[in-house]
Amino acid sequence: MDRFEYTSPLLIPDESNLVRERNVRLYDGDQKTSFEGGEIVITSHRVIWGRPGAIALGQMCLSLPISLVVFIEEESPSAFSFSRSRKILLHLKEPSPDRNEGPQPSSIYNFVKLSFREGFSTDVTGVLNDCMQKKKWEWGQNQQQVVAGTSAKPSPYRIKLRTGIAGIERGIQEKQKQTDESISLAFQDLSKLMSMAKDMVNLSNMISTKIREKQGDITEDETVRFKSYLLSLGIEDPVTRDAYKSDNQYYRSLAKQICDIIETPITEAGGIMALTDVFCRVNRARGLELLSPEDLLNACRLMESLELPLNLYRFDSGVIVLQLVTMSPESIAEATAEMLDEKGSLSSEELARLLGISILLAKERLMITEKCGKSCRDNSTEGLRFFPNWLLTKD
Amino acid sequence: MSDSFELPWQHSFPPFFTLQPHAETRARQISVWRTLILDYFRSTKACSLDIREASRHLLFSNTSINRKLNAEFILAILSDLQRTQNAAPIDKQRYRWEIYWHTLEEWGSIIYDYITSRGATNSVLTLFELTQGDDVQDEEFCGLETDVLIKALRTLEAQGKCELMLSDDQEGVKFF
Repeated sequence: MDRFEYTSPLLIPDESNLVRERNVRLYDGDQKTSFEGGEIVITSHRVIWGRPGAIALGQMCLSLPISLVVFIEEESPSAFSFSRSRKILLHLKEPSPDRNEGPQPSSIYNFVKLSFREGFSTDVTGVLNDCMQKKKWEWGQNQQQVVAGTSAKPSPYRIKLRTGIAGIERGIQEKQKQTDESISLAFQDLSKLMSMAKDMVNLSNMISTKIREKQGDITEDETVRFKSYLLSLGIEDPVTRDAYKSDNQYYRSLAKQICDIIETPITEAGGIMALTDVFCRVNRARGLELLSPEDLLNACRLMESLELPLNLYRFDSGVIVLQLVTMSPESIAEATAEMLDEKGSLSSEELARLLGISILLAKERLMITEKCGKSCRDNSTEGLRFFPNWLLTKD
Repeated sequence: MSDSFELPWQHSFPPFFTLQPHAETRARQISVWRTLILDYFRSTKACSLDIREASRHLLFSNTSINRKLNAEFILAILSDLQRTQNAAPIDKQRYRWEIYWHTLEEWGSIIYDYITSRGATNSVLTLFELTQGDDVQDEEFCGLETDVLIKALRTLEAQGKCELMLSDDQEGVKFF
């Protein structure tokens, strides 16, 4: 009932009277209101209710914009009612905040009922449905917008007619404005971004070619920053995609270099080194031209295909290491099992100390040995220890 | 623990008390535990085991190396024994178990063989006679717990080889 507002029953332009019925009562949801026995007029825009005679005299009436109506249904009369009364339910949208004052500021219901005490002569629901589909109230708005648009438009026409440097400048400005708009539009929401993504990629494409053309004009810093913007947008930078071949080349040579630097330390460290250690050592060796972890990882991934003496290995626990190609899980297990036989039992800390490797790697070694069935574990309150697998070998 | 029973070397090997993740090792480990449990119960002629008390049991702990089995591990072993009908839980929580170093059917046939060899078919024996009597002192089922005995005889009954009479204090069985 809060959707009703006080208005004059006079028709606005384009509005037309469709149906007039008498003896109608309004319900707020399921509740009767004091608005009863009135006249109702359905126009192409509104449902107007007035006290008898009020509409004809042009006095204040209640009106409900049909644009708020979502769905119309006729309430089936109960089996005990013998009256000719027919009720129509109008399900409504949330009211617009700038509506006129109404008889009721708020309502818990999202529907109103029109009760026609004497039934109705015309097909009220049909007419209402028709109005909802036609949306005549929008026609006027569109026209108004069109009118407003045409009145605003003339300026660009005039600019286009202009020639000379000013004209070109304005043209560029205009284009910038459009780009600006399309960018801000794209960020309005994600679904729009999806639909705009193609344009955005094209745009970024264009910008990056421009950047390439003007290599000298724009500082390296700005280029990098712009690329990072594009990346953070989730749009792959076409520049790197184009440069993929050369990237690959870069990674290849990087992989070779890493091997040169790291091979000796890895051999000394027992054949395996965690990637974090590799990262530190490589960057230490490089001094200033530091590598990103990503580049290092990518380079290390290529090592196997390049048949270098090192390769990347990922333990089941997720730890990634570089190891000598000659190292296989079996050889690790073999070596660790020998150490176990020698020492009787080992915890990962003890093995780490013995081999001069990190505890993490020592643990991985012991796990591999266990996986190969060459050791067995003793998990007690004193920690995890590994023993030679006598359970299998000794009987 | 009976003096006659000798624990295997594994019992002093700490990893023996940790369930091994390696499949083959674990299979071997469990089979050793199975044998150990069955041998132990055979030697002590005991049948019942409560998991809640088992970690204090001499069999499942070794104080000299400060290791003991946890309940899950014991349950895993017992479940494996159950698979081969060498053990059965007697409550729903699977806390209390009976261990059969001979399966119930084996017990049944051992007893029936004894009865036929004695020519005692078609006669009635009390359950007491069958497990504690002077005649059975040398037999394996001497001293068998009554609950287990009854279950073993039930398997014979199902084959129509005997009939249990459990109506009064004088619990007895008739063999056919």
